[in-house]
Amino acid sequence: MDEKTIIESLSPIERSVLPNITSSYSNINDISKNSSVDKTTTKRAIGFLLNKDLVKTKSSSKKFVVLGILGINYLKKDLPERILLNKLTEKKTIPIGEIKNICSLNENEARIALGTLKKKAVVEIKEGRVSLLKGSVNISKKMLEEIFMEKLPLEVDQMEPQDSLAYENLKSRKEIVEIVEKINIEVKLTSLGEKISKMKLEGNMIESLTPKILKQNIWKGKKFRRYDLTTSVPKIHGGKRHFVEQSKDYAKNIWLEMGFKEMNGNMVDTGFWVFDTLFTAQDHPVREMQDTFYLKGLRGKIPERLKKKEDCIVFNVQKAHEGGVDGSLGWQSTWNEEDARRVLLRPHTTSLSIRKLREIGKNSKFPSKYFALGKCFRNETVDWSHGFEFNQAEGMVIDENANFRQLIGYLKEFYKKMGYNKIRVRPAYFAYTEPSLEIDFFHTDRKEWVELGGAGMFRPEVTIPMFGKHIPVLAWGQGFDRIITEFFEIKDLRELYKNDITKLRNMKFWRK
Amino acid sequence: MTILTFNKSELEKLIGKITPELEKRITNMGTPIEEVTNKELSIEVFPNRPDLLSLRNFSKAFNQYNKKSGLVKFNVNPPEKNYSISVDKNLAEVRPYTVCAIVKKLKLDYSKILEIIDIQEKLHNSIGRKRKKVAIGIYPLNKISLPIRFIGKKPEDIKFLPLDSSKELTGNQILKSHPKGRDYAHLLKDAPVYPIFIDANDEILSMPPIINSKKTGKVDESTNEIFIECSGNNLYYLNKALNILLFTLSEMGGKIYSMEVKGIDKKTLITPDMKPQNLEFEISDIEKTLGVKFTEKDIKKYLSQMGIGYESINGKSIALVPQYRVDILHPIDLSEEVAISYGYENFVPEIADISTTGEEDKTSKLKRTLGDILAGLGLLETSSYHLTNKKNIRKMHFDFNDFIEVENSKTNRDVLRMDLLTNSLQILSENSNSAYPQKIFEIGRVFSLDESKTSETGVKEEEHLSISIVNEGVSFTELKQILDYLFMMLNIPYTIENTENNNYINGRAGKIFVGPVNVGYIGEIAPRVLKNWKIRMPVVSLEIDLDFLFSSNL
Repeated sequence: MDEKTIIESLSPIERSVLPNITSSYSNINDISKNSSVDKTTTKRAIGFLLNKDLVKTKSSSKKFVVLGILGINYLKKDLPERILLNKLTEKKTIPIGEIKNICSLNENEARIALGTLKKKAVVEIKEGRVSLLKGSVNISKKMLEEIFMEKLPLEVDQMEPQDSLAYENLKSRKEIVEIVEKINIEVKLTSLGEKISKMKLEGNMIESLTPKILKQNIWKGKKFRRYDLTTSVPKIHGGKRHFVEQSKDYAKNIWLEMGFKEMNGNMVDTGFWVFDTLFTAQDHPVREMQDTFYLKGLRGKIPERLKKKEDCIVFNVQKAHEGGVDGSLGWQSTWNEEDARRVLLRPHTTSLSIRKLREIGKNSKFPSKYFALGKCFRNETVDWSHGFEFNQAEGMVIDENANFRQLIGYLKEFYKKMGYNKIRVRPAYFAYTEPSLEIDFFHTDRKEWVELGGAGMFRPEVTIPMFGKHIPVLAWGQGFDRIITEFFEIKDLRELYKNDITKLRNMKFWRK
Repeated sequence: MTILTFNKSELEKLIGKITPELEKRITNMGTPIEEVTNKELSIEVFPNRPDLLSLRNFSKAFNQYNKKSGLVKFNVNPPEKNYSISVDKNLAEVRPYTVCAIVKKLKLDYSKILEIIDIQEKLHNSIGRKRKKVAIGIYPLNKISLPIRFIGKKPEDIKFLPLDSSKELTGNQILKSHPKGRDYAHLLKDAPVYPIFIDANDEILSMPPIINSKKTGKVDESTNEIFIECSGNNLYYLNKALNILLFTLSEMGGKIYSMEVKGIDKKTLITPDMKPQNLEFEISDIEKTLGVKFTEKDIKKYLSQMGIGYESINGKSIALVPQYRVDILHPIDLSEEVAISYGYENFVPEIADISTTGEEDKTSKLKRTLGDILAGLGLLETSSYHLTNKKNIRKMHFDFNDFIEVENSKTNRDVLRMDLLTNSLQILSENSNSAYPQKIFEIGRVFSLDESKTSETGVKEEEHLSISIVNEGVSFTELKQILDYLFMMLNIPYTIENTENNNYINGRAGKIFVGPVNVGYIGEIAPRVLKNWKIRMPVVSLEIDLDFLFSSNL
């Protein structure tokens, strides 16, 4: 920039401050005073001038001892040791246990007061009582610490030996004294600054374009003050959806594009719809309390037992478990209705799928495709990699001609749209699907396969009680939180629902 | 999840050199590799395959998978003299069943003994359901006298020297003071008699499912003949556990002898039964499920790779399923067996040619609309847990009692949220370090008890919206402006009526109405509530039940 351009870009505050800066270092306070500009504005102006290379600054720091919160209080009301000393003068002797009450001190203060006086050899302790030592120093004389506290603030480098001693005595006692660093900034002109400072600064320039200037055409033939476009500006933040919701909306859109209908339903459900209809054996560990959130004191309802057994879903589910649906061996154990009535927080969104399946079974509306993206719960100790609430992406395709290859096809298509290109499937086990699979993606940074979630085709023991015959159903229920944490580079799952407002404000938008 | 760890050199002796290619095959067989170190290799075994839970069982299955062998044929010898056991009727309510076998010609060494103990424990914890369903006992045959009786006796009348003890203990003492007794005492709680295995010399062998006798119940390197029993309440799984263990012992070179078990449901059984189970299936069903065409030869090969035999009888396809498998319940299970040996990686993904229409759920749609409106006003959406605790709820709703509580929560959150405001206030109280003003909203599910007859669970779930603004000098006006704008955008008229509510400052609390329905509250939060939350700034909040948006014709 040439000198003329520099002058054109000087803001009014720079114009006020610049003439008061000299070729030798001077203090910001003085510059502020001489320019009749407040200190904050002066600092801002100096910042702008620094950017233009017109001034140079140097800063030096000095350490000061100042009073802490307790110190200010003690200065007003006396140090605990002084209070104890005064009471001892009055009462001669005090049982140690009573110091607290008599002097109105807290436990800690009482301990320190006694300790300090003992160290100064002005008291003695006999048989659990404290009394003044005869012939000790003049107790009305101010203690070193008291003198020191009255003198504060003091610059650390300028302290006398007795001040340092007093400081040492007090510093271990919390919040009586503390050290603060004061930074002193000095400013002088650079050679360019010197040159500019000598030039005529009052250009007849327009600072702000006003309606008046526009209306009266004052702008004609005039120059506008140049802005420094590189200066950083104060941060602002906008309103926005929570990042988990943003991510979910994105994934939902993919399913909608692929022709899936969204399912929604209750988070609280019965064991019947969460486990029994899904052919999960009643003694399967997942049904135990340490894994699942059961609700206290609640017993749910299960569908009625109908006279006509073939139409009765409870009868058919029982048969699936005990053995006999389409020749299946089942679990070879007695099925208990009470377990099915337990009320719990859904551990997966597959409870939505199975309820939907029941609905479809009644009206035979297929082929059809469904998805859900919702919260699930498991009774788990919380740490960086475990949460008791998590999101699951659920999907289901009901079609007479559905097959395993299509299952892989749907999942690969979804994950491709989610930005995961390198995908593999491998065998897996779930009680209610056969065949089952697990899908992994290749983590390019970690150079390893990372699990996305499980899928499979519902077993006849699941579909027959719903449809009366086996209709192929492709189904998956995959953890969604990993996709969110991957994108937002979140290391700790707890961050998902921490709601740190500063972090939420600065969080990037979901974008794939 | 069961993790099985093998010594690499022992494993290599059985399945060959472990290369990256071999590791991939192990995963492809359905036993994903957990970890590989210099000395060890760990795999995960899914709960449907307890038959893989030992080095020898896994190696056999892997060799079958690699076409080195097929269906295992077990040679089970008939019972010899006194190879029998009788079950006492008084065990019917306690532990009614046992199945047994004898194995001879075993050459045990230290590592084989460890392998046996390990699979025994793993079976206890998987299909044995922590010994409730199945408990397994193994005894050196030379220390006991056949025949055996399985009887119930009063705990105080049982006395023997158990393993890991220095003195004889009674049944009661074992449950009280023996470490294993304490671990499994709940399985015999309130039982009138405790089960014991006792031999022809009245020597107690064990007290299942707790502990064996020190004298007769310890197998060591000198043992070459053993007696095995599995006891429990489910005959089907007892047989499975016995067969799995016999599979291991037969892979170690043991010769299996069967036994007579008298008094099982008033009948006499000969156990074990290791003849493969015949399962009729249609090849076309497998083709339909997997979407791949197969010849009969393919199917035979693929099943054989999974250790399953195949026969065609009168034109019908029959799978011969080994008795140690617990996961083949139905012909559908054969399709996965075929899929695994065909190779999951070899399936060509297909997008089905069916036409369906996508449709977003109406709650979802509405949540998105509300979110967009409020974000446009500069409000920040929060997302909080559905679980909270009583203390948090009572910071505002101090006389609230209708908690919906979860049992045995492992966190300090154990009740379902009854509103959104509680969470919003918690968020504000935790964010005193963030710049003000803070304007937040949340849309989500809240829970209340539902005593209506039609309720399936006794819990009602509703979608709510809550908005809170916290700032020095924040005013009711500011929030009412937001409410106005929101309803204007939704094109729904609403009204506010003054109300008295302890949660809000008197005279600054209102009920929000849509038509005649009270849909929510708005107001300036009472200082008492703010104090409870240690919030040092005024807060204005509203909470609306969104139900009216779904149910009405608005």
